[in-house]
Amino acid sequence: MPSPADTPRDSNSASRANGAELVRFDKVTKRFGDVTVLDQLDFSVDTGKHVTLIGPSGSGKTTILRLLMTLLTPDEGTIKVDGDYLNHEERNGTLAKAGEKHVREVRKKIGMVFQQFNLFPNMKVLRNVTEAPVHVLGMSKDEADQRARELIELVGLSEQLDKYPSQLSGGQQQRVAIARALAMRPQVLLLDEVTSALDPELVAGVLDVLRDIAHTTDITMLVVTHEMSFARDISDAVLMFDRGKIVESGPPDKMFSEPEHERTREFLSTVL
Amino acid sequence: MMTEGMFTNYFLPGIWITIQVTVFSALLAVVVAFVIGTLRTSRLWIVRFLSGIYFELFRGTSSLVLMFWLVFAVPLMFRWQFVPMYAGVLALGLTYGAYGSEVVRGALAAVPAAQREAGVALGFTKFQRLRRIEIPQAWPEMVPPFNNLLIELLKGTALVSTIMVADMTYAANLVRIGSNESAPVYTLLLVLYFVFAFVLTRGMRVLERHAKSRIGQAPPRGDSLWSRLTLRSNAGEGTGALTAGGTSR
Repeated sequence: MPSPADTPRDSNSASRANGAELVRFDKVTKRFGDVTVLDQLDFSVDTGKHVTLIGPSGSGKTTILRLLMTLLTPDEGTIKVDGDYLNHEERNGTLAKAGEKHVREVRKKIGMVFQQFNLFPNMKVLRNVTEAPVHVLGMSKDEADQRARELIELVGLSEQLDKYPSQLSGGQQQRVAIARALAMRPQVLLLDEVTSALDPELVAGVLDVLRDIAHTTDITMLVVTHEMSFARDISDAVLMFDRGKIVESGPPDKMFSEPEHERTREFLSTVL
Repeated sequence: MMTEGMFTNYFLPGIWITIQVTVFSALLAVVVAFVIGTLRTSRLWIVRFLSGIYFELFRGTSSLVLMFWLVFAVPLMFRWQFVPMYAGVLALGLTYGAYGSEVVRGALAAVPAAQREAGVALGFTKFQRLRRIEIPQAWPEMVPPFNNLLIELLKGTALVSTIMVADMTYAANLVRIGSNESAPVYTLLLVLYFVFAFVLTRGMRVLERHAKSRIGQAPPRGDSLWSRLTLRSNAGEGTGALTAGGTSR
């Protein structure tokens, strides 16, 4: 395992070589009570890649995203993001539990969009998007404002700047949530079943926005979804999960057309 | 007969003192309520434990006895004396702050966990999450129970008349002794407290409407503060705090 010193600390996205390892799970185990959700999981995602996690519910896909967002902490194993330990800090040559400040610093590289949008109901659309850049990144109000307007235009909601989330449809709220996550300029974007809570006619609008982002930016994506055609469109790799382990992985064409593993075939036959 | 002179010379200054005691104690109580209330939602058990002790201590002591203790016991124990009005403000503020902390804690607990997670995902610190996300969303839920507490506090200020603070109850007692007209004096006193309480309630309604409009008619939350308090009162806790003030009178 390379030590953090081997990885360039300058993580400016332009200078970062495409293809370098951005996320690494090393023997990560997560239990909820007696249930082992992730079992000694190893996997990595390279910079700029779009990786989709599929599998039956309860197979641990969402847990992976929540671990990366530090909404959960692993019981065993380590997670690295861009060369830095996420939950650990090296002190006197040994790994110790990381302090709040270290976690916040590494976490800045990650953004997340939730199944239930989780917009802040007490803020209008524009402020939902500017709040974190201003108060977390220390961006000036004007700059944050201008960038937020661009992002809101990107997701097609320029008309709605002055509305509260409760005045928007689910699809519109989710697109604001995408703009809000992108405003922090994360290196990795986590998408956690972002269309599962939407009415069917609103799904396409959200997926179009995400396709657009996937094809026009170099952002790394980790996607949990049940929208298999979307997964096929945007993914560089698909990982099939079952009971906390990766059963099979490969490029989307192979995974969806000629999966090798029986469990994958079974799962795909139920969702395709 | 109670004369006009008695009203202007005794009641009016008394009314002014009652207003002052109410305002100062309410300000202190709000500060205490927010500090103790947020500490009681801390992740660290020791913080929760210590703030819980504060809550139990001041919920469980009579504010009248606390006033007596501050005025009569403190000078003997510490060779230092309070201005009686400040002793009254302190006793009321600390006590009603403890009740208020339960309101703050309950309202914060009713903010969906997903809001905290969204805040974490965007990199906010704990304090920023409280200040920008959790408290603004919890605030409209706090206003109605705060209104109840404020009226309890207003009526509780009558206790300061027992430690020689010349509030309107104290004035009424003086006038009664001077005029021997118990019925009109105490009737007037009752009406005065009612009028003040009514004005406060109206004011708090405006505050509530303002608070709700600022979160843009938030989508209904499944577990609101009210349902929580009701559940907790079944378990023998919670709303008890809102009415416990009655025992100190």
